[in-house]
Formats: sequence, C-alpha cells, structure tokens
Amino acid sequence: MVYLTRKAEFSASHYYHNPDFSPEENQRLFGKCNNPNGHGHNYTLEVTVKGEVDPRSGFVVDLKQLKEVMHREVLDAMDHRFLNKEVPDFFQKIPTTENLAIAIWQRLETKLQQARLHRVRVYETPDLFVDFYGEN
Amino acid sequence: MSTEENRDIYGKCNNPHGHGHNYALEVTVSGRVDPATGMVCNLVDLDGFVEREVLSRYNLENLNTLKEFARTVPTTENLCIEIFEILHRGFDKAHLERVRLEETMMNSFEYCGS
Repeated sequence: MVYLTRKAEFSASHYYHNPDFSPEENQRLFGKCNNPNGHGHNYTLEVTVKGEVDPRSGFVVDLKQLKEVMHREVLDAMDHRFLNKEVPDFFQKIPTTENLAIAIWQRLETKLQQARLHRVRVYETPDLFVDFYGEN
Repeated sequence: MSTEENRDIYGKCNNPHGHGHNYALEVTVSGRVDPATGMVCNLVDLDGFVEREVLSRYNLENLNTLKEFARTVPTTENLCIEIFEILHRGFDKAHLERVRLEETMMNSFEYCGS
C-alpha cells in the first residue's frame, strides 16, 4: 500500500456564528472570528489517497486526474469565496477548519477513481491544521 | 504499452530524454530509547546507511538506467518502495516504520511496507 499526498492552496473568507446562541455567547465563544464581515485565510489542502501500485503504470493514482478532481470539487467551489454565504456546505454549518476538512472529504470521497481517500488535511494557518480520516 | 498509451498516461514524463527532480527523502524509524545513550538509534548510523546505500546510488543518476528500474517504471511510488526495501534489508539499528519521498513541494509518497 502506497500513500500519495497532493497539496493545493486556496483563499477563502468566513466567520463563526451560531444562530442558536445569544450575541454575547457567540462573542464569548468565537471572539474575533465572530465578526460578521468575515476574515480571510490562505488555506493549504493536503489530500492523501492510498492504494496498490499498478504494475503496468507504476502509479497509485493518475496525479493529473487527482489534481483535476481537487480543482473541480474543491478549489472551483471554495477559492476566493465567502464560505458562509457562497458555499452551500456552510449554509447550515459553521465553516470551522474542522467542518471544512469534513466537507472536503465528502466532496472528494465518491469522485476519486483508482485509489481510496485516506486523509484530508487542511491548514488554516501554518501552525494550525485539521486531519479528517472519514467516519470509519 | 503503445507509444500513444504511454504518452496518454505519462504526458510530459514520457519524454525519452528524461527530466529531473529534487527529491526529499524522509526515513522514520522507531524503537525504545536506550537508557544509556538516550537515543532510539544513533543518527550517525542512520545517516551513514542512507548516504551509503541510498543517496550514493540514486543522487544525480538517471534512474531508468539502474537495474531495479530496468523492468519497472521509476515513478515516485516505485522509488519509494525500492528505498524502503533497501532500508528494510540492511538497516538493523532500529525498526523501519516509513519512507516518505517528496517529488515536488506539491506531491509526496509514503510506504510502510507490505
């Protein structure tokens, strides 16, 4: 089994707010991230897939295809977007980096050919990242 | 594979004149910390082994001309597995956990054995 990781970068904005909480509770919990005008991040996405090496091609997965899927399913939808208002995944969910990693997993999982999705890692900043390995 | 199939699957990588990468290799070993030395293994031993058995073999070489890639395509997947096997066979100072190979800043490959 070989694990292959491909990186991509995208920029997006968001803010944290739960309508079930009072304004004070939102402010206390989310702090500066609660500003409804949003703020941006340069996200780094790492997608790891796993599989056996095809003896004919020597590949686990066609990297070109993986790049295209990542672009189509994630970057085209999220790059330079206000996640709360423009990306349906976050109309009902708070676009924390945790939920972002889960949403990206869900977008990619069924779209991959050949190899299986192993991990989605999302860096919000260089010193903070979230890993999601799926529910199972 | 046919000429067309090779071009289709490998694209620019199918250029018979070859192309180079600045690979970055990560070797992960595990083990108990030796109470006398405070080390899992002596890094001098690991560095020496990697230098002698891996880097001196592959650095600045045309991989396609080496015997291990005479019948196997030198994709980074296969290079990663080959380096793991070299370490697995020859390095006995600690347990080999993983070999990770970066082909570019955007791509990397990991192998932990079969």
